[in-house]
Amino acid sequence: MLEQIEGSKAMAKVIGLCRPQVVCAYPITPQTHIVEGLGELVRTGDVQNCEFINVESEFAALSVAIGASAAGARAYTATASQGLLFMAEAVYNAAGLGLPIVMTLGNRAIGAPINIWNDHSDAMALRESGWIQLFAEHNQEAADLHVIAFKLAEELSVPTMVCVDGFILTHAMERIDIPAQADVDAYLPPYEPVQVLDPEDPISIGAMVGPDAFTEVRYLQFYRQQTAFRLIEQMARDFRQRFGREAGGLLRSYAMDDAETVVVAMGSINGTIKDVIDEMRGEGILIGLVSLVTFRPFPAKALREVLTQARDVIVIDKSLDPGMGGPLASNIAIALRDMPQSPHMHAVIAGLGGRPVTKASLHRVFRQALIQPWEGPHFMDLNERVIAREIHRKGKARRSGPSAENVLKILERERAERAQRADAERQAAAEKETS
Amino acid sequence: MFQVRIHGRGGQGVVTAAEMLSVAAFIEGKHAQAFPSFGSERMGAPVVAFCRISDREIRLREPIQNPDALIVQDATLFRAMDVLEGLSPSGYLLVNTGKSFADLHQDAIAARLSQGHAQTVAATELALSHVGRPAPNTSLLGAFTAMSGLVSLASVLEAIRRTFPGKVGEANVIAARAAHDIVAAALGRPAAAAREALHA
Repeated sequence: MLEQIEGSKAMAKVIGLCRPQVVCAYPITPQTHIVEGLGELVRTGDVQNCEFINVESEFAALSVAIGASAAGARAYTATASQGLLFMAEAVYNAAGLGLPIVMTLGNRAIGAPINIWNDHSDAMALRESGWIQLFAEHNQEAADLHVIAFKLAEELSVPTMVCVDGFILTHAMERIDIPAQADVDAYLPPYEPVQVLDPEDPISIGAMVGPDAFTEVRYLQFYRQQTAFRLIEQMARDFRQRFGREAGGLLRSYAMDDAETVVVAMGSINGTIKDVIDEMRGEGILIGLVSLVTFRPFPAKALREVLTQARDVIVIDKSLDPGMGGPLASNIAIALRDMPQSPHMHAVIAGLGGRPVTKASLHRVFRQALIQPWEGPHFMDLNERVIAREIHRKGKARRSGPSAENVLKILERERAERAQRADAERQAAAEKETS
Repeated sequence: MFQVRIHGRGGQGVVTAAEMLSVAAFIEGKHAQAFPSFGSERMGAPVVAFCRISDREIRLREPIQNPDALIVQDATLFRAMDVLEGLSPSGYLLVNTGKSFADLHQDAIAARLSQGHAQTVAATELALSHVGRPAPNTSLLGAFTAMSGLVSLASVLEAIRRTFPGKVGEANVIAARAAHDIVAAALGRPAAAAREALHA
């Protein structure tokens, strides 16, 4: 049924329709509304046979989910940013143990400096933990991906993270089609664990594994993720058939038929990019978009296939590895390396810590890639004046102070100067009027 | 696509206003997207919320920089920030105040907009007398429908009822209708009762 509903609330409803048996909740912005919504649904009885557990930390949230999943329950939790880092050990454990937990990540920057706003730093920090990572383009997909995530996780025995841009999606109210329980039930069968802690038939899960077997256990993790590609595409097809709309899959193409320049990006930024592409197409520029849904496992082969005709590839990262550049660009560079005619890659860092990604800036950066390509990562909308002032200051004195505070001071001073100038101009205009 | 930016302060229901406007558009079968400015919310701090309304799917996610309409829930914000930034010359400006645009030193701006596109309504007073709380958001939405015709008063009243079920919602509906009628009278347009009679 169509509803005008906040993204987080829609996700809570759809996660509820997936019939989770244990929900572990610990609040952290911008994910909190999701577990709050689930708590409400459990309280009202709209979600039945579900234990809603308020835990004392993110580490506990995932640890309890691990225990629940090992006991054979469909387990769910959600987190963001520092919360994900705090549970990092358990994140690796869930994957290493092969427990099909589903977790929503309300993508948010990681401190320091402390910042509550959106980027992909949290998902990227744990990209090598062995979880499947799916990125939602809009709130319909954010909700739908959870149905797919449970099915995928349980089929593969691999935990799955649904990455949803914090605030931009979690706090946006939009028209969303909430599926019928019967359709979700038909798509997602009850959880049948491949391993379960059962007092009637005792086993142990989580053995100490030495050098003689560790490689083999790890290889099986790699193997499962390799088999995921086909399954992810199959599940997207099944989803479309049952629900009549696109969700999930490895990647989606937009305006790619004759595209010479191709933008690759993940998450909600793709909506804005599509509008920019329509406008540039209107000017006759042959530009298209590949919206990457599955980041782990990384669909290198699918990317190579879709980028065969591309001359230029512009990769947009919403996170930064300070010693390397954008993680998505690094991954795509590896995928492109094996192509007979590798397209030229342009790496862009954008939207860090909630910096708005505007159409105007995307227009600028896409054009610049074609006319004036750059080396290394390009930081979209970087305030170069502030950077120059701070670097200059650092060069002058040893005790130059903390960068974050210094940058804020420079911005504050500039604002005050602008206000002063505006006041002076107003006063001058007023005097001119009276004379 | 029509873009509305709502300015106010924490506690005035700015985000809820954008959401209710999106629900009103949804009721009319339109696509709508409402989202806050994502600050750390605290009582009294400047807050901005956005609402886009379109006949087609809305993909754009940037903050609204060039609004077609501005709703200002707190007139003291004119002194604190550039509330009017990016307002289109053919746009609408609705301000919650008992004062005139001249009293607010905004008469030049109001004069630049099209005839009837700049209006004031004392929404906080209406909310206090009808709802008993200084939350001007529902009154302003009622007034906005009299100005712009973007969504109907009936849809906004329905959105208010869905957001605040029961007595609180009905009190807000009365405030919204009163604000609608004040602006409708200023513009020489029919009052709520007359509109409803027409559609009855």
